[in-house]
Parts: sequence; C-alpha cells; structure tokens
Amino acid sequence: MANIRTMTFDAVIVGGGGSGMRAALQLAQSGYKTAVITKVFPTRSHTVSAQGGITCAIASDDPNDQWQWHMYDTIKGADFIGDQEAIEYMCQTGPEAIFELEHMGLPFSRTEEGRIYQRPFGGQSKDFGKGGQAARTCAAADRTGHALLHTLYQGNLKNETTFLNEWFALDLVKNSDNAVVGVMALNIETGETVYVKSKATVFATGGAGRIYASTTNAHICTGDGIGMALRAGFPVQDIEMWQFHPTGIHGAGTLVTEGCRGEGGYLVNKDGERFMERYAPNAKDLAGRDVVARSMVLEILEGRGCGPDGDHVYLKLDHLGEETLNAKLPGILELSRTFAHADPVKEPIPVVPTCHYMMGGIPTNVNGQALTIDSEGNDEVIEGFYACGEAACVSVHGANRLGGNSLLDLVVFGRASGIFIEQQLREGIDLKDPSEADLEAALAGLNHLNDSTGGENAAVLRAELQTIMQNYFGVFRRGDFMQEGIAKLAALRPRIKNVALSDKSNAFNTSRIEALELQNLFEVAEATAITAEARTESRGAHARDDFKERDDVNWLCHSVFFPSDKRVGKRGVNFTLKTRDAFEPSIRTY
Amino acid sequence: MLNVSIYRYNPEVDSEPYMQDFQFDAEGKDIMVLDVLEKLKIQDPTLVFRRSCREGVCGSDGMNISGKNGLACVTPLSAAVKKGKLVIRPLPGLPVIRDLVIDMTQFYAQYEKIQPYLINNTPAPAIERLQSQEDRAKLDGLYECILCACCSTACPSFWWNPDKFIGPSGLLQAYRFLADSRDTGTEARLANLDDPFSVFRCHGIMNCVQVCPKGLNPTKAIGHIRDMLIRTAT
Repeated sequence: MANIRTMTFDAVIVGGGGSGMRAALQLAQSGYKTAVITKVFPTRSHTVSAQGGITCAIASDDPNDQWQWHMYDTIKGADFIGDQEAIEYMCQTGPEAIFELEHMGLPFSRTEEGRIYQRPFGGQSKDFGKGGQAARTCAAADRTGHALLHTLYQGNLKNETTFLNEWFALDLVKNSDNAVVGVMALNIETGETVYVKSKATVFATGGAGRIYASTTNAHICTGDGIGMALRAGFPVQDIEMWQFHPTGIHGAGTLVTEGCRGEGGYLVNKDGERFMERYAPNAKDLAGRDVVARSMVLEILEGRGCGPDGDHVYLKLDHLGEETLNAKLPGILELSRTFAHADPVKEPIPVVPTCHYMMGGIPTNVNGQALTIDSEGNDEVIEGFYACGEAACVSVHGANRLGGNSLLDLVVFGRASGIFIEQQLREGIDLKDPSEADLEAALAGLNHLNDSTGGENAAVLRAELQTIMQNYFGVFRRGDFMQEGIAKLAALRPRIKNVALSDKSNAFNTSRIEALELQNLFEVAEATAITAEARTESRGAHARDDFKERDDVNWLCHSVFFPSDKRVGKRGVNFTLKTRDAFEPSIRTY
Repeated sequence: MLNVSIYRYNPEVDSEPYMQDFQFDAEGKDIMVLDVLEKLKIQDPTLVFRRSCREGVCGSDGMNISGKNGLACVTPLSAAVKKGKLVIRPLPGLPVIRDLVIDMTQFYAQYEKIQPYLINNTPAPAIERLQSQEDRAKLDGLYECILCACCSTACPSFWWNPDKFIGPSGLLQAYRFLADSRDTGTEARLANLDDPFSVFRCHGIMNCVQVCPKGLNPTKAIGHIRDMLIRTAT
C-alpha cells in the first residue's frame, strides 16, 4: 500500500466528454495544473453521438428571440421541478458559451446571413408559450455533438491539458473530514493503480443509459460517477427521472434526432395517421419528449403499432425531399440505412421510445459544487467535490429535459465549474491529506474483484439487470410492478458483488473494467428503482398508472436518495430568479 | 456456423501472436461484426477490443476485417464474411497492446503536429464570426473525421514513415483548418508542412479513400495542400 504512486494536480476532471473538457479547458487556460481522467480517448465519449444541436437564444433565426423565452420553455418542460435559478443562469449565459465555441472553431451550419443556423426542436416557443414554435437549436448539420466534442478536445490540446486517456476511476478518496481529495484510478493499458490527488475533483462522468436493455447510449454510459458517489455515501437527486427518446431505431436503439421532426418530419401509426395531432394539437410532433414517447407507447398498446409485431411506429421524412435530407440530416440517412435497412429518402424509419438521458444525478449548485443534505434538511457543500454535465443534477432538466438542452448544460456548467474552481484555487484550498486507511478504502472494491473466485459472467448479469429495469421501470410505471422489480434487484445485488473475473491479467483487461462498470450500473439502477417507487405521482418522464396526476402538494420537490439507509428524502425546488418573478407551476400541455 | 478467426496476443502470457478460431452461430441474421465480438467475449472473457458508441461516430472499433480496415460496429456480416469465414485482425502498422487493441500514440502525435485548432488572433466579435454558407460548405467532407485511424493504418506511406509522414487522417484535418475561412494561420500552417515527408510522402495510392468508414477523401485534401504548398513556393 505504501508504494502506491501519487500524481498531484490542482484540479482533476473525471470524464472526457463535453462538460469535462469544457471544465478542463477553463482551468488549463488559466494555467492551473489540470488533468482529465477518461476511460476512453476523449473523442470517443458519448457527447460525440449528440446530433440535432444545442439550444440557445442567440437570436439568429429570430432577431427578436429572448433567453427568457428559452427559460420559460425549460421550466415548463421540466414539469416545474427544475431549479429556476440554475435554468436562468443557463439560458442567460448560454449565448456567451456558444459564441466561445464558435470562436474556437466549431463548424456550425450557417444561415444566409452567415450566422449560426438554428432549427426548431420540441417544447420550444416564442413569447412565453404564446408566440408559436421557435427555432432555437444551433446545429452543425446533425453532427453537433461530434463537432462540439472535437472542438473542445482541440482547445484542450492547444492549452496543454494533461490527459490520462484510457484510465478508469475506481473510487473517490476522502479524508477524515469527509472531504474529497482525489480519486483512485486504474491505468487500463498497464493495470497500474494510482492515487490522483487533487484540490478539486470534478465528476463529468456522464449518464448511465446502459441500465436499460434498450438505449441510445454508448456502451460506456455506465454511471461510473453516480456509482462512486453512492459508494462514498453521497446522495443523488431525481434519479427516478429517465428520459425515453421518442425516436430510437427499432431493434438497434440508435438515436434518430428530434431535429428530423424539427425539419418537418412526423410520426405515423400503422394506419398512416399522424397521431400526435390527437395528443398535442398545438405542438404535435414537437411536444415535450415525455409526451411524445407516451403517445407512441399508447398507440402501440392500443394495436396501432407498425410492423409484423406491431411494436413500433414510423418516422416519415421522405416528403422533405432528398436535397434537404442530404443537407440537413446526412448522418440520419447513414444511420437509418445501416441500422434500419430503410432509406429515409424513400421510406419511413421504424422507431420506438428508447432510454436516452438521466435527468437526475449528483446534486450541485450553479458553481458545480456537489451537495449533500444535513440532518436538518439544509444543503451542505461537499468540500473538494464537484459535478457537471449529465452526471450532475444542478437541476436544469427537472422531470423532463428539452431536446438541445443537454449540450447547453454541458458547456455552461462545465464552464461555470471551471470558473468557480479557478477562483477557489486563487484564494487557496487547504484539504487534509488522506490516511493510508482512506486510500485503502478507495481500493477495496478493486481488491475484492481481483480476489474473486467463481461468480457469474459480467455480461450475463448485466443483461439480467437491464431486463429488470426495462420491464419494471420503463415509460409507464406501477407501484406493485416496481416493488417486484426492487425485490429482483435486491436478489441480484450479491450476485453482482461476486461477479466473476477469471482473467486476472493487467494489460488492457476490459473484463475487469466491465465488471467494475457493472457494479456502478447496479448502484444507479437500485437508486432509480427505489426512488421511482417512492414518488407517488406522475410528473414529466415519471408516469405512473396508479398515480396518474401530478401532485404539487406533496411532490413539487426533488427526490433525494441516501445510499447509507436507502432512504428517499425530499429537497425544495429553487424558485428564486434574479431577473424576474418565478414561474409558478401551471398545467403542462402542448 | 460461421468460422471466425481472431488475432490474439496478450503480452503477459503469449510469446507471440496467433490466430484463434471460434465457431459462431449468427442464426441467419446479418448482424454487425461488433455484435459477434461482444457475443464471443461472453464465451471467452479474455478477448479484448475497444468499443463505445456502436453506431460509427466515436471511432473506437477500427480493425482489419477480412482484409479491409473498417469499424466493427457498422460492418455487417454480409460485407465481411468471405468464403464462409470472418478474419479479424488489429489495424496494421502500429504496435499491438493486446488482441485487437493497438497503440495509437504515433497516430495521435501526427494529429497534434498539424495544430488541430482554429487559429485566429484578431479580436473576437461579441457574437459569432460570420461565415457564408459557401465557405462553410468547404468544411463538409473534412470536419466529420472520427480519428478511427482506418485510413492512416491502411497507408503504405504511413507504415514506412509513421514518425515523419503526417498520414491521411492528420492531413485531412490539416486541410480542414486551411479551408476554414475563419482561420488566419494559413502561412504558418503551410510552413509547418513544407518538408519532404509531412505531405509529399503521399503517393496517391488512395487506400485511405477506399477504407474511410465516413466516406471522406483524404487524398483529395492532400492534393489541395500540395497545390497550396506549390503556389506558396512560386
């Protein structure tokens, strides 16, 4: 133990996706010794798969657009449990953050005037919902995430950020004050474990869509940050809120951007009916994602699904014409031809709601500081610990995220975390060193795995976990089913704890990584299940057959899951805006 | 049953690499090569390969599939199986770490050499820099590169001089910035490439074009850079 190598940085960011690299860029630009730990080479991070764009009131499509309208849409989209202070900050700061990316070289598509091209996305309006559909999503064709991620990586290269590529963070290292003082990490190529010590540890570890059997998420989206935070005893917030994207390719799960509907595509059932007109007469196919996903499932359940098994619907694009499709949605043509064997120029794409995004995560304030809740119910900052991006719950998405707000969240709060940490570093941060026992604690999970004899195959256990989540915690939920699901998860826990690792070799041992990822997935799944069962209402993405209505009396609040006793608590939603009166909850229709 | 032959090498165990044969039942489905590898890994957890997005945009799973470089996640069996056999090797020309995982250090070093970021030292406006649709269109076919290394590791010139020849991927990115109307670093960029190796080792073999999973054309971009270098010289 005494011979474990230590690497020391001012700031260490875990995760090399959009939010992590934006935070790192901020710190590296200011000359702080900054490291990014990432389990894949940075441009392989899941941000790369974002397609349609980044929503922000830059007033290109409409010179009179206002960030306040974007704020209103986001609060409504969140079904009123997004923190209004954070949403205000995101929508107001957004344009600055977008222009910075453009100045760094992000190859946005352009308007005739040479400004950034913006397309309509779901849940967008002008004039606080009264002025019709807005077009507010800034796009680089349908490859916006790729363009953004590569631009951020390039910016970090320019500013000489240290990248620990293909390193896997094992667990947080805490000192005797319960402050975070870095992470224990595993170099995947060599198998070496290293204590990466830091004055500020930022979790930008992304989502965990792989808890579900059908997901748009990459293989790597295994909730590692959430798993580590829960194992360290820290709570997670609104973790029951999972977005099912309306248009995942049937069978393959790969994403088809909402931008398709933004550009004029629409959904049809087996009768060729444009059914969204019935469910959302005004916004139709551009209603909130939760609304569209539920409508699709109802169409399928009521026997109007397409295909031999009636288990999907069609996304129709052919009426837009080949030229438009080639210019605006080239990536979708490629994906559909490859994974659906359907050419959208001539035929519709078979689609089905597919797990897409984790609205919940590590609770933070707008500076990215991770929070816990003390015994009196007050927020308490966890020293040394930060989170941003999908891993965080700041919370700008509440119970349902609007399309295009994910990339904005990444850059705005990655940047905000960086700015705040810079300031803290300037003022001086003094944290106690961890003891040998503290370091040992962060290695316990790995040691247990390395000592394993017997046990079951990680891929088999993972499939079982994913099936439970898919069957019991999907688009529609019901109390008795969820209790059954929770019992099944409880039975799965010891089996996952004892997952097999037959290959004990050190060099690029992906079996070891997959076993560790499985344990993180399990933590996310269990927190999701217990919290979903506890929230006895329907709000945003959380739709219960046994509690069909939104319950503002009891549940206009965040849920908080405490891992030590698996208790679900409540935390107030922030209704304090700096620039105007708060938006009061109202009935949410599209 | 499909015969799948996979390159195996674990530096801790094997004195030299070998090909291992697996029998695989695809149940008549035209699944992707990555799906085959995932299923084989359940049988043999020691089998190692990189993967992430599984939809052809992250560039993790470049490998040599039945003799041709490509991404396992978007290569269906119908395009990969030859004479009832599927042969999977790591991308050629770079050191192997383990099984299908190669050491990409040299590939990334060449990318970094071309200064892969926008250079513009004029004061930035309060909004975005304007760019016409025509100028933006010049970046199409360039910015989409996913750094999978399928092209550079298919290039004989890169095999011979991976330390001195930038290679098709790096040069495609070099031209992506040269072609950007917002970039003011053209002169320095060209000076940085003006030697006998960086660009001029390209002999127009066009393996890069043939294998690029994104349908990009590095040879054409290299031609543009050559033209610019020659124009600057005269």
